Amino acid sequence: MNSQEAHGRTGRRHRAPRLVAAMGALALAFTGAAATPLNPAPAEARAQAAEDKQVLTVAVAQSVDSLSPFLAGRLVSTSIHRLMYEYLLNYDPETNEPVPAFATKWEASEDKLTWTYTIRDDSKWSDGKPATAEDAAWTLGKMMSDDAAATANGSFVGNFESVSAPSKDQLVIKLKKPQATMTALDIPIVPKHIWEKVTDFSKFNNDQKFPIVGNGPFVLTDYKVDQYVKLEPNKDFWRGAPKFDELVFKYYKDGDAAVAALKKGEVSFVPNLTPAQADDLKTAGNIKVNDAPGRRFFALAVNPGAKAKDGAKLGDGHESLLDQRVRNALFKAVDRDAIIDKVFQGHAVKGEGYIPPRYDKYFWKPSPDQELTYDIDAANKLLDDAGLKKKDGKRVDEDGKPIVYRVLCHATDPNDKAIGQYLEEWWGQLGIGMDLQCSDNVSDPWLAGTYDLAFDGWSVNPDPDFVLSIHTCDALPATKEDVGATDNFICDKKYDELYQEQLAEYDPAKRADLVKQMQSHLYDLGYMNVMAYPNAVEAYRSDQIKSITTMPTEAGNIYGQDGYWSWWSAEPVAADEASSEDSGSTGVIIGIVAGVVVLVAVGAFLAMRRRSTADERE
Amino acid sequence: MTQIAPVPAAPADGPVPSGPPAGRSGSGNRTLTYLRYVAGKLLGAVVSLLAVLVTSFFLFRLIPGDPVTQMTRGRPISQEQLDALRLEFGLDLPVWQQFLDYCGNVLTGDFGTSYQFRAPVMDKIGEAVMPTLLLTFTAFVIYTALGVFLGTRSAWRHNSRGDKVNTGLALVLFSVPSFWLGLLAIIILANGVGPLPGLFPTGGMETGEEGLDHVLDVAHHMVLPVLTLVAVDYGQTLLVTRSALLDEMGSDYLTTARAKGLRDDQVRTRHAVPNALLPTMTLIFVNLGRTVAGVILVETVFSWPGLGSLFYQALSVPDLPLVQGLFFFFAATMILANMLADLIYPLLDPRVGNQ
Repeated sequence: MNSQEAHGRTGRRHRAPRLVAAMGALALAFTGAAATPLNPAPAEARAQAAEDKQVLTVAVAQSVDSLSPFLAGRLVSTSIHRLMYEYLLNYDPETNEPVPAFATKWEASEDKLTWTYTIRDDSKWSDGKPATAEDAAWTLGKMMSDDAAATANGSFVGNFESVSAPSKDQLVIKLKKPQATMTALDIPIVPKHIWEKVTDFSKFNNDQKFPIVGNGPFVLTDYKVDQYVKLEPNKDFWRGAPKFDELVFKYYKDGDAAVAALKKGEVSFVPNLTPAQADDLKTAGNIKVNDAPGRRFFALAVNPGAKAKDGAKLGDGHESLLDQRVRNALFKAVDRDAIIDKVFQGHAVKGEGYIPPRYDKYFWKPSPDQELTYDIDAANKLLDDAGLKKKDGKRVDEDGKPIVYRVLCHATDPNDKAIGQYLEEWWGQLGIGMDLQCSDNVSDPWLAGTYDLAFDGWSVNPDPDFVLSIHTCDALPATKEDVGATDNFICDKKYDELYQEQLAEYDPAKRADLVKQMQSHLYDLGYMNVMAYPNAVEAYRSDQIKSITTMPTEAGNIYGQDGYWSWWSAEPVAADEASSEDSGSTGVIIGIVAGVVVLVAVGAFLAMRRRSTADERE
Repeated sequence: MTQIAPVPAAPADGPVPSGPPAGRSGSGNRTLTYLRYVAGKLLGAVVSLLAVLVTSFFLFRLIPGDPVTQMTRGRPISQEQLDALRLEFGLDLPVWQQFLDYCGNVLTGDFGTSYQFRAPVMDKIGEAVMPTLLLTFTAFVIYTALGVFLGTRSAWRHNSRGDKVNTGLALVLFSVPSFWLGLLAIIILANGVGPLPGLFPTGGMETGEEGLDHVLDVAHHMVLPVLTLVAVDYGQTLLVTRSALLDEMGSDYLTTARAKGLRDDQVRTRHAVPNALLPTMTLIFVNLGRTVAGVILVETVFSWPGLGSLFYQALSVPDLPLVQGLFFFFAATMILANMLADLIYPLLDPRVGNQ
């Protein structure tokens, strides 16, 4: 071999391994792709095998805390329980009024202390056994007698004296004192014959044996932690079986990845979109964005001089905020229209009363005279009246120190931060300083009362009892060391009286009127100022879901409803109507994979050739 | 592999005492030295583990927030229920009592029950460790091999155009945030752009297949997260390998090897690389220890059900037993990986054990 030849070979020798490496990397990258045509993408393969099984896939991010209805508290878990187990009553998707579910009729005794529910006779557990009043009595009784079983829903039975099932179709609950929320007992009823075998309710997660026996519209058939929850229709469901062949909650921990999956058609539905994601999806094909009035309110809470029930003072809320004129002035300097436009980018409704307008029965808004409209001059006058003097353009307290309010903000919520910046500007015009304290964990200063104002928000249920109860004196912590159910330490005599009155009022119209009076009083107090009702922004594939019930039906949300209406009612697009975008791409995939196989073969050939010539030379 | 590094020579001359032959005596001494070295390292590891045990308990009690209120915030709950939960979790006991219970339980392999998932901590870790290892270990093998391979090539032909492109690309990818690269991969390779179809799933680990389908399904889901991890991580190995090899390249023994008439390839693979590999080995073992800690950002972007996202969820409560268990597990793995590296060094370079 002459030297020139050797040189030439050396050059090739250096290229060949590099080529092989590149081939290797390519081969790796396409290993998975190879699975696509040869073993058609698993999901597709399954669909084909099951003769076009129609699957409704919902993207979720929150991990299931427990599949036991006695332990689960997170929205994802309780939503799934709604599908697996019947509750005594449900809420009408149109009116939010209680409608029959496991119980067909319900009535209270004259003395308001005994409630009798008639249990339906056409509901049975998915293992074939009949579902009766006995199951309901056992479920509620267990929560009353076992602390561990009361973990999730114990507060519902706190006022129960006794529970019994005198017959298969009669459930009788005796109360200690009247309770208007007896038509809003959101408790999954479980099969006694299965659950009475559970020994320790604090550790039993109901996630080992599938399918899980239930009597709701769906039966849970499979669950893999943080991967998916699969449910199949309960063919015997008394209201009629759901129309999709399978309902899958699939995990997407990243919102943008979920949106990508929706665009691709890998999921049928994505909840909790950001304004940017919603705008992006509005222009995408085959996708419908549902921008609906939400269940939440978004408020500015004021520290009312936090105290425990025993009178012990908590924290160090600013004294000046105890003057109602100061609180009202601060809220008069909040431009709610700007917040809706600039911060929520139109995906919210301007805040008024405490309960969002989607619950029209309880919705209240201030009269024009009462409303704290945006008016900086009027706000300045209120502060002058309250005696907060100005010094060098800044309001000062009694000691002559400039007033700077600490505002608690959730570091994880971009809305808090954005509104905080606006508040700084608006309150600046009043001569009031602001210290925006954003933190991952606002609970500590919140519970300790070491703040002046805070961004606050709650989801409201069709029965507003809970969100009303968190502002009663009874919700305050017993002592400084305890933690109460209170939201921001409000304790007001008149509000409490109205609260007790509405709780004992069984006439729906009269109760609604009392709830409105409570909201009016809360508004005037100025400790809880609702700025906005954020919309539920979600999107679904219109080429997979033909129709779906929102709640309220007119304009409402799909995910996290107070009922099973959305997933139960969802109708699939018939297979022949569905777009067949994917079929065109199969050819391309086959082409790519074929190309890769050829490249890898060439690479391997070159590598072997190089090795053999190298061996020859040694 | 030819080992060129100097090896302590057995006495070449002088009277040989009776007893075992000199060579075996040297080997015996070496074994003894090695054993002493191993014992030292093992002791170090045990001490580190004990330190981790104590730290893991106290460190996370510094996180603000009461687990019970964090877990129950936002839903109707009575004071009695809150008290019952505190009692159940043992949060009503004094801290020293909690610590003693914790130590006692850990010694029997019991890390307690997760507050939020109501399941034994070891079960939760067990569920998440396999997905994490599958992902990170696969990526680790590929990026290590790729890094060493490309690093060697780069050093050997340093300042060439290939070297500049190689190191430039590695540096760029090394500096790119992994979640951003992951999202880009999803948008381009999972969703498809223009004529390129979506080739891979957008997230998750499996769709719930059985048998061989399951294996293919998981492999299909793994491609994008592995690619992302490899792209972000291979640069470090590449750069370390390259610089170590560059240090060796001027050495006399390479000139000798060339003078013997060895081919360039052989000089590199048989002489230069083995000697340059030691710093890379350190990095490899650090990376190996890291594989278990999960890759929280990549796991989140690709919705991979691994330890990284479990740790995040545990911290946000804070779910003390789960956080402690995970922290101990991560630290123990790191300590073990380092110990393994320490034990292997003397085998790669006999000078290490003798110092």
